[in-house]
Amino acid sequence: MAQERLITFTDRGIYCPRADVYIDPWKPVPRALITHGHADHARSGHGQYLCTASAAPIMRHRLDSIDLQTVEYGASIDMNGVQISFHPAGHVIGSAQIRLAYKGEIWVISGDYKIEPDGISEPFEPVQCTHFVSECTFGLPIFTWESQATVAAQIKKWWRNNSAAGITSIIGAYSLGKAQRILSLLDTDIAAILTHGAIEASNHVLRAQGVQLPKTHLVTPDFDNKAHKGALVLAPPAALGSKWVKKFGPHSTGFASGWMRLRGVRRRRALDQGFVMSDHSDWNGLLSAINATNAENIFVTHGYTDIFARHLNSIGYNAAIVETAFEGEAAQIDETDESVAS
Amino acid sequence: MRAFAHLFQALDETTKTSRKVNALAGYFETAQDQDRLWTIALFSSRRPKRAVTTTQLRTWAAERAGIDLWLFEDCYPIVGDLAETISLILPEASSRSDASLTQWIQDLVAITKATDDDKKRFVLKAWDCLDGTERFLFNKLITGGFRVGVSQKLMTRALAQASGKNEADLAHRLMGNWKPDTTNYHTLIEADDPAAALSRPYPFYLASGIDGTPNALGAREDWLAEWKWDGIRGQIILREGEIFVWSRGEELMTDRFPEYAQFLNHLPNGTVLDGEILGWKHDAPLPFADLQKRIGRKTVPTKLLRDTPVICYAYDLLEWHGRDLRDEPLSKRRALLAKAIDEIPASAPIRLSPQITVPSWGALAEIRKTARAEHAEGLMIKRLSSPYLAGRKKGDWWKWKLDPLTIDAVMIYAQSGHGRRANLFTDYTFAVWEGNELVPFTKAYSGLTDAEFRQITTWVRKNTLQRFGPVRQVPPEHVFEIAFEGIQLSTRHKSGVALRFPRMLRWRQDKAAQDANTLEDLKEMLTRYG
Repeated sequence: MAQERLITFTDRGIYCPRADVYIDPWKPVPRALITHGHADHARSGHGQYLCTASAAPIMRHRLDSIDLQTVEYGASIDMNGVQISFHPAGHVIGSAQIRLAYKGEIWVISGDYKIEPDGISEPFEPVQCTHFVSECTFGLPIFTWESQATVAAQIKKWWRNNSAAGITSIIGAYSLGKAQRILSLLDTDIAAILTHGAIEASNHVLRAQGVQLPKTHLVTPDFDNKAHKGALVLAPPAALGSKWVKKFGPHSTGFASGWMRLRGVRRRRALDQGFVMSDHSDWNGLLSAINATNAENIFVTHGYTDIFARHLNSIGYNAAIVETAFEGEAAQIDETDESVAS
Repeated sequence: MRAFAHLFQALDETTKTSRKVNALAGYFETAQDQDRLWTIALFSSRRPKRAVTTTQLRTWAAERAGIDLWLFEDCYPIVGDLAETISLILPEASSRSDASLTQWIQDLVAITKATDDDKKRFVLKAWDCLDGTERFLFNKLITGGFRVGVSQKLMTRALAQASGKNEADLAHRLMGNWKPDTTNYHTLIEADDPAAALSRPYPFYLASGIDGTPNALGAREDWLAEWKWDGIRGQIILREGEIFVWSRGEELMTDRFPEYAQFLNHLPNGTVLDGEILGWKHDAPLPFADLQKRIGRKTVPTKLLRDTPVICYAYDLLEWHGRDLRDEPLSKRRALLAKAIDEIPASAPIRLSPQITVPSWGALAEIRKTARAEHAEGLMIKRLSSPYLAGRKKGDWWKWKLDPLTIDAVMIYAQSGHGRRANLFTDYTFAVWEGNELVPFTKAYSGLTDAEFRQITTWVRKNTLQRFGPVRQVPPEHVFEIAFEGIQLSTRHKSGVALRFPRMLRWRQDKAAQDANTLEDLKEMLTRYG
């Protein structure tokens, strides 16, 4: 007997008719489940929000007075018979995969995720399901990441060399997530760490949550650059190409993103250094995560969806493409990070 | 290879000329002679004989990476570079090699005659003992094209810094058809070698573009004006009974223009002309597309010679009776050139590029408007007292090109760019109206700002109607002003026209799709300018 699928894809976002909730909707809806606090997933204007307890501080910081309820990882909520639970996605602090189950049909909406533990986000946990909606921002075999420790060593070496030459090091990184991940890998042995306001605002929220970060100095309009020779500056991507960097005198610029894997993208941004570091899964990470779900039906979204779906079909999955309005790391490199404007 | 990889990284990591020159000079000071020679060769588009085909490279790389070939092929346009795609897709190397750049090149040359199995074994072994950048460079040795922002000029400056030699002299030495496997660093850079000097062209002097009008250049009578022809810039060298024809891209094209051989009968040994190679029939220039047929082939069949004859429109004389005239003022070089051409029979395929002698800049501006009717791209304006300099030096030579033709068109397909623009939709197909239908007529992929490309990319992602592989059909909503240099009849395109150098001039956000131009408008342009 034909039964309506538990999840449908609408022009407002991913929807569960039986529970009457949307997951990360991009147009205003009455009830939204939010995977994480990045701007393209957690939008304003919904009636009610539900996210994990550790995602809530950033949500409240960014979206202000919203009707927000929270849930712990793994706890199950019943909505009209649909069992809903949140599971760690390892993308940023509080990020979750959302599981919806009804009469043996189990869906997992991945949100954004990465496999390698970063020391701040709750580590990714595979969740078994029948239908898996997976992001595939970096779903091509040219995207493979080195370990976090290797990239951390590259950043430190670059900083140390610049510092010795009396040059300021400026790293562009997404204000929420990437910036704190880089911070947590550094200490102030080499020189001071300075931050742009957009990043310091996220730092403030995360520190209040108990995340340990090294000491940082906020760069203010009357900031004295000479007081911090050889410092490292963390700034949102958009600030890198702006007048803002001029106040640091001679400097070298770096950018941390999965896109830095491509020489052409590095060159387009006219950067001195690209650090290949992403909060999304690389090719092998995506394939291992999909395999671990035991799902037969895979829905891929955001990224090189057509190529990735074709590959999944060729290795025995039943894969289809879902069009979404998520921008993920493409938005970072493209400088549409909303927090920069604030 | 490691030292070369360090150099490459240093060059790749900066956009500052001074840092590039220092990195190169440092390398030239410490590297072995053969490595230096090969580095100069590679950065001036010379590479060893191709040992394996790119098809073999793709197949072996996909196989080694354990992926289907189609998946490799789909990654390639996104990366935009075959050598890089291969280096990214392969598993990490299991060992390290200490072989030098020259050693790798010699090994590559040595396997050109080996069996395919041996070639494959060699390449797979190389991939497995070179790290990321070295592996990329190894692939580049095979595929060619080291685009790392090192111009000939920049390299020459670094060489001058490292060798203590004069920069202009070095620039001249690096011109021409020397080959790294038949010369050495000493011969190329340090020794006197008359045989190599015989065919060697002078570095071309390049003009800069004029914005607005030339009024600020000063008195009109200090300047020479002539048409900017739509052909190929060439240097014709006659020395010791031989003729050499060089393109501006430093390609030796003597065999493609056999009609020039008769110049040997009319001009003395030790003559070097700078001029335009131009298709010419019925006493008028032929469109560039016709000339392209001549450039495309190494040798020219008789029919093509008859259908598309060429002439040389000479505009400068760089050497006369063996004497280098480049330091003489243009007025004097020009007078000598006029006299020389005057003595050649009118049947020979050479003319003096005519001067435009109107007295004021204003009158010249009027004449410029008629350039299309003269089959020219605009005007050249050169200071009469100027020496013949090397490269693009602003101040004495200017090009004043015509404003392009433009048409408003609707975007109907979008495709992501590659290389620098791998994550943006930058390649669009445009259409004009024919009744209620949109007829595609051109593609364009440059002219917008990065911010505009990002905005359109976001829109394309949300508004895809249909996918055809990498191509996305989008609703006909956005209008762009397309600029182009020329328009021609085409039987290969549905629209019946082909454009020269189409690009996006601006995004007409003030216009709706129905405000775009029609196929009729295009056809009218074809009648008028085609």
